[in-house]
Amino acid sequence: MNPTTASRPVSAPSFGAPVQFSPDPRGHFGPFGGRYVAETLMPALLALEAAYESARTDPAFHEAFHALLNEYAGRPTPLTFARRLTAHCGGARIYLKREDLAHTGAHKINNTLGQALLARRMGKTKVIAETGAGQHGVATATAAALFGMECRVFMGTEDVKRQAPNVRRMELLGARVVPVSSGTGTLKDAMNEAMRYWVSAVRDTFYVIGSVAGPHPYPMMVRDFQRVIGDEARRQILEREGRLPDALIACVGGGSNAMGLFYPFLEDPVGLIGVEAAGEGIDTGKHAATLGAGSIGVLHGSKSYVLQDPEGQIREAHSISAGLDYPGVGPEHAWLKESGRARYVAVTDAQALGAFRTLSTLEGIIPALESAHAVAYAMEEAARRSPDEILIVNLSGRGDKDLGIVFRDL
Amino acid sequence: MTRLTRLFAALKEKREGALVAFVTAGDPDPETSLAVLRAMIEAGVDIIELGVPFSDPTADGPVIQRSSARALAQGMTLEKTLALCRSIRRESDVPVVIFSYYNPILAMGGRRFYEESVRSGADAVLVVDLPPEESRELLDQWSGNRLDFIRLVAPTTPTERMAAIARDASGFLYLVSMTGVTGSAGLDLEEVAATAARLKHVAALPVCVGFGISQPEHVSAVCRTADGAVVGSAFERLIEEHLTAGDLPERIARYASALKAATRLL
Repeated sequence: MNPTTASRPVSAPSFGAPVQFSPDPRGHFGPFGGRYVAETLMPALLALEAAYESARTDPAFHEAFHALLNEYAGRPTPLTFARRLTAHCGGARIYLKREDLAHTGAHKINNTLGQALLARRMGKTKVIAETGAGQHGVATATAAALFGMECRVFMGTEDVKRQAPNVRRMELLGARVVPVSSGTGTLKDAMNEAMRYWVSAVRDTFYVIGSVAGPHPYPMMVRDFQRVIGDEARRQILEREGRLPDALIACVGGGSNAMGLFYPFLEDPVGLIGVEAAGEGIDTGKHAATLGAGSIGVLHGSKSYVLQDPEGQIREAHSISAGLDYPGVGPEHAWLKESGRARYVAVTDAQALGAFRTLSTLEGIIPALESAHAVAYAMEEAARRSPDEILIVNLSGRGDKDLGIVFRDL
Repeated sequence: MTRLTRLFAALKEKREGALVAFVTAGDPDPETSLAVLRAMIEAGVDIIELGVPFSDPTADGPVIQRSSARALAQGMTLEKTLALCRSIRRESDVPVVIFSYYNPILAMGGRRFYEESVRSGADAVLVVDLPPEESRELLDQWSGNRLDFIRLVAPTTPTERMAAIARDASGFLYLVSMTGVTGSAGLDLEEVAATAARLKHVAALPVCVGFGISQPEHVSAVCRTADGAVVGSAFERLIEEHLTAGDLPERIARYASALKAATRLL
């Protein structure tokens, strides 16, 4: 598709002005992205690309999507000024974009409603998904229930253990959870298995990828469905403060909540800060800081930064947060890093746990452990900045799902 | 003339199909792997596909996934795979195809990969997750044309795309028998014949069919409509079931001979 028309506004406010960072026609963001898959999947990806291209330029599709976001998912989500947290840090004013208040408790629903709508448009009757923390699995199962589609969610056996409540939630929603024991039994293996299954079922099955990762057109498509976060935040902060924020802060695993927040601000003079999981510390090797400590490679169908050994074998990631526990990252983030437009930092398990507690006690908001990484860095960043400055933190999800892990570790 | 061209010409003369045997390099360990390869070559296998183990083999079924994991646990790498290729080349003239996912090659660097592959006596490369849309970046780094680049074609590939893939390929074309992963059940020989005919109509290169082929009957049926059959998971299953058996090479040889016999159409 033509990059200048790629994000042309149709009827809906949420698909705003074209941005120069759109990928080239083959899905490359600079040297990243692309479609590194076996030929068995290429025809399916080309069909998906064509279907998405027709949907994104169809006002009726946008109308249906935004109706679902508003009437079903509870959008727009509020932008909350974190008064006590701001006072506690003694610096920049901190706003929270409240994706924790979206239906199913995280931003993931934005994307799954969009993809389910596209699946229906393509005549697919079944959907599959991979999940790590289970949030994307729950959001996919939710959309599938709403659309009356059969749903199968692939989940690593380690994550099935760590996130048992989400497994039950998906089953309650009518989905079948398929435990994946190959490899490390985590998100990357769930994604491997979903790709294998998709090859065999591609005729009637739509693969709902949960992040801005995977082969083209997924990174672009998921970003487009998630940009509603940034579009709303931009409008809300202009209404509230009469000006743009100084910086945006979001956690990055695969990177969909960060990409969704960042994208509408790419051409604005606004700092973009992605926060990766430093796990037990970058120097221990037990981390998930793909952009900070990884190198360029190909995983799950696109070229980006990955955690790998010198022989090109993918390394296991580590984070207390299952949603960040991924050795890859979306290609557009790799490009934002490489081009210098965004910067990426990392926060340890311990720092995230601290922020988890701080936000709970100061604001009465229990954040997801993923989002707690963004909060932890925002607290440091706010303290370094003056009270005239404004930060927006993406509170990508709520923390109820993490209580088991937190009370074991806190 | 390359080893592959010579081979397909000779087989055509004899009215035989090619038996292509896939083995994950270094499974279960480098020594046994070499013994398995020797047994295959002695049994008359026409082409060896040497699989580079990878941590995330998304196109492979459980059998090859496990073989990859066993080889990696033994410290197998792309470099050691090429060393194994060199060992074969010292003893035999059998064509060898290096079969890999892209990331290990990317980590080595495309230019070095080409040079090391040529030096190891490899004849061709098949990079499973490098479709035509992305393969330029690798091929542009090659300093010569001494390696064929085998490309995949799937049953879902439209005929026009088949023709475009064929124009860009060398050595032979690898036709995937079904929309699935390696070692899947449910091989439909009639569908394979139809797809092979569709492909041969737009391609001059020899066509070898793989995925889900495990029995001599499959091999003979495939060789009637294509130029060769690829067997991988079936060999790997045999290796897995006899990891500690002293007679693994003999078992492999017996199986390979039975499959090879099925390629003889006269």
